[in-house]
Amino acid sequence: MEPATGLKLDFNNKLTLEEFPYIIRWRDDRCKRCGQCTSVCPQGAIRPAVKYTRVIESGGDTPKPRPVRRIIHVIEQVNNIDNYCTGCAVCTLVCPNNAIEPEYNPQNKFLFYKNRGGEGYKRGGRRNDPGVSTLDRLKFTRISMLTDPALDAGRHEFRVRSYIGRILPPEDLPLKVEDGRLVLDKSSGKFIPPVREIFPIMIGSMSIGALSPTMWEGLAMGVAYLNEVEGIPVVMCSGEGGFPPRLLKSRYVKYFILQIASGYFGWDSIIHTLPYMTEDPAAIEIKYGQGAKPGDGGLLMAPKVIKLISEIRGVPQYVDLPSPPTHQTQYSIEESVMKMIQSMSMAFGFRVPVYPKISGTKTAKAVLNNLARNPYAAALSIDGEDGGTGAAYNISLDKMGHPIASNIRECYLDLVKQGKQNELPLIAAGGVGKKGNLAANAAALIMLGVSAVSVGKYIMQATAECLGNEYNRCNICNTGKCPRGITTQDPKLYRRLDPDKVAERVVEIFKSADVELRKIFAPMGRSVELPIGMSDGLSIDDKAIAERLEISYAC
Amino acid sequence: MCRLAAITSAKYFSPMENILALETMKEGHDGSGLGLTLKDLGGKFKELKNYPILSGICSRKGKKNLDEYMIGLGFKLIYEWTPKIRPVRGIIRRDHYFARVYDYPEEWQEKSFKDKEDLLMNTRLTLRRMGEADESIFVFSFYPDVITLKEVGDPLELGEFFGLDKDNLEAKVIFAQGRQNTNYQIYLYACHPFFLQGYCTMTNGENTAFVPIREFLMSRRFPGYVGYNSDSEVFDHILHYSVRQLGFPLTYYKDIITPLKWEEVEKRSDREALSLIKQSLRPLCIDGPNMVIGFVPDGTCFMVHDSKKLRPGVVGGVKGKYSLMSELCGLDKVIPNRDKSKDIYPMKYDMVIVSPEAREVKLWNQLQA
Repeated sequence: MEPATGLKLDFNNKLTLEEFPYIIRWRDDRCKRCGQCTSVCPQGAIRPAVKYTRVIESGGDTPKPRPVRRIIHVIEQVNNIDNYCTGCAVCTLVCPNNAIEPEYNPQNKFLFYKNRGGEGYKRGGRRNDPGVSTLDRLKFTRISMLTDPALDAGRHEFRVRSYIGRILPPEDLPLKVEDGRLVLDKSSGKFIPPVREIFPIMIGSMSIGALSPTMWEGLAMGVAYLNEVEGIPVVMCSGEGGFPPRLLKSRYVKYFILQIASGYFGWDSIIHTLPYMTEDPAAIEIKYGQGAKPGDGGLLMAPKVIKLISEIRGVPQYVDLPSPPTHQTQYSIEESVMKMIQSMSMAFGFRVPVYPKISGTKTAKAVLNNLARNPYAAALSIDGEDGGTGAAYNISLDKMGHPIASNIRECYLDLVKQGKQNELPLIAAGGVGKKGNLAANAAALIMLGVSAVSVGKYIMQATAECLGNEYNRCNICNTGKCPRGITTQDPKLYRRLDPDKVAERVVEIFKSADVELRKIFAPMGRSVELPIGMSDGLSIDDKAIAERLEISYAC
Repeated sequence: MCRLAAITSAKYFSPMENILALETMKEGHDGSGLGLTLKDLGGKFKELKNYPILSGICSRKGKKNLDEYMIGLGFKLIYEWTPKIRPVRGIIRRDHYFARVYDYPEEWQEKSFKDKEDLLMNTRLTLRRMGEADESIFVFSFYPDVITLKEVGDPLELGEFFGLDKDNLEAKVIFAQGRQNTNYQIYLYACHPFFLQGYCTMTNGENTAFVPIREFLMSRRFPGYVGYNSDSEVFDHILHYSVRQLGFPLTYYKDIITPLKWEEVEKRSDREALSLIKQSLRPLCIDGPNMVIGFVPDGTCFMVHDSKKLRPGVVGGVKGKYSLMSELCGLDKVIPNRDKSKDIYPMKYDMVIVSPEAREVKLWNQLQA
């Protein structure tokens, strides 16, 4: 209890609220002390407190000032660095009287204090970067109008589809002419790699352990609906760490890309279920890296390793699950690509495209060239620096990685030099739809040379209404306390999320992206095939970027 | 938008017929150029069918370099045709216009025609490069039985300029394009028709997918896939690539540039091959707005257009003479006495194929193939 004099002790060893990234604005006059805000705060950053206060009052017929001592109830922000306010604003959401809200403090010194005990600060989500990304600066400037009439997005026949899988070059097709017709030359015995037709925007790898059961279920339902009812072949990547055997055996597995992570988590359950699978998955993605933390392994933190996850991954419950940065059983790219791709292809009877996913990096071209020479490699997925993650060190999220635009462009132009631009599809990820411009970002990447894009964060934010934006996001996906119920395994939290609503939003997002892509492609004069590599359609208001991406400069 | 006039006939005729057809379509070209390709030549050239003809334009300096180069290679000049130039106001006369017939160098005499074709192409490309910087040499084709003429100006005036109305230059297949120069500076190499090793096309419209198609073709590493001063040159190279290089029957040209939907592919008897082509040649798909008229080495002519039919065309005629035009008025001019009810306006899935010597017209349908 504070001394009656009102003097405080010396609290010099504590932090002031000015040091924190968010300061809670609480309004005494509006608050009715219901306590909802403090009970929902995932961080415990606010708490109800009892204060002893002394005021001078005067009243009555002959007012005479006199001191009154009172006990008052307040909401106060904790100034303990471990319980910092993340700005998730769930308190604002539950407050019946708009009496509380977090306010961003741009002067914060959070990172001065957060790395404790010799351990770098880890956070979930991805980098908060309020700057405008290159993808958002790209404009579509080759608009058909009179010399080449624009197509009508609403009237003409459109088909926004792409392929995943290695496509044989025309010179290598096992064809022969018979009676003026081309027929398959079966005597050639040539291997024709499996190819899937997909919607060019796919849901990127978000693992079952990272997402809550309701979130994952919602996404999966949405994807199934898109395929079976809407006829839009959207595929979704399982993320690392396995797949529930029940789903593996179901016919819906054909809409999923199974990811094999560097720790081989979950591979066990897949290989044991293989004999009982009735359908092939859409593809197999071998994860070598991710854009958010290049050269760093995955990390599923202990609170998220519940019974289901521990069963799929074959590990004890509630232990941290770090996966290594690369496949530790492999020695080199050559070996890795050869062994992993060939063995995965073989496991699925050479009927499923198998491709690796790497982080955007200066060495991406080396990997690409190696894949280009491997007839079993089905694609290359490159995840740029804006990619997301379940958990990563702050330093990795903010400072490591290669932006996707130039990385992809370089790789595409390299394929063009080899004449393999259609043979080996490129998939881009990392920052697609970061500012909400999903279709525009995807179209820009396609025109820079990719066959498809992978999107994680945008889908998560838009389908589950993840709180915040690039200035303000709670980024506690890794702690298992996600206030929205997206990335948590705590039933109390994930029950907040209605999987039906998530599924509904997934469907809405893809249908509207389909419309928006048509609205971009039609004025560019493209309708039947994607404008892959149609770089003359793009411009940017920065000479250096224009030169780097080999597109035109417009201002 | 350029206007196109192609005529194929069993008898020899003068290119003036094409030019007059273009004249009726005058609204559609601005007189910024004329391109002519003649195949199956008559007159003096009739006796020289097996010898390659180099068509082009040179400055005085260019002519000297060209002669030196050709002699150096061992080519022997047999015959030279030069137009009897009649000065016309507005057309800037260049020093030398020519169609020269050469005999192959000694060491090439016994080689296969395929080898000779490569020699001719490489020679043409080298000459082109030699004269490109200072515009001292333009060569449009170097191939047996084919002449190409190109110049900047109005088609009718150019016909007069070259004296084509008086000259006995004639052929059985003649392609002509009256140019409308909307996109680029007036540059002779950008003028249609484009010719490569027996395959020739001209196009009515732009090509929105020009860049990826050019990149794809150039990355095939075939030395002849160069130039691309116009966004239509790719159509000729797609034809050359699919028919000559890949050995596909001609109708697959339509399947490549306007691929069927998967549901439609399923209905075709060659569905297995077609699905592989659809994926493998995806970058060569066009979305318009184009109508393409072309011929292949055996003299077969054809017309196709994009699946939206954004630039339609018409084919009509009588047995022994057919005309493939971008406008009906051109057709009326060339073959007025035909049965007009039999005119063909190819639709989305159609390819019109006129057999050599204009014997018959076939309407090939992509769906029912």
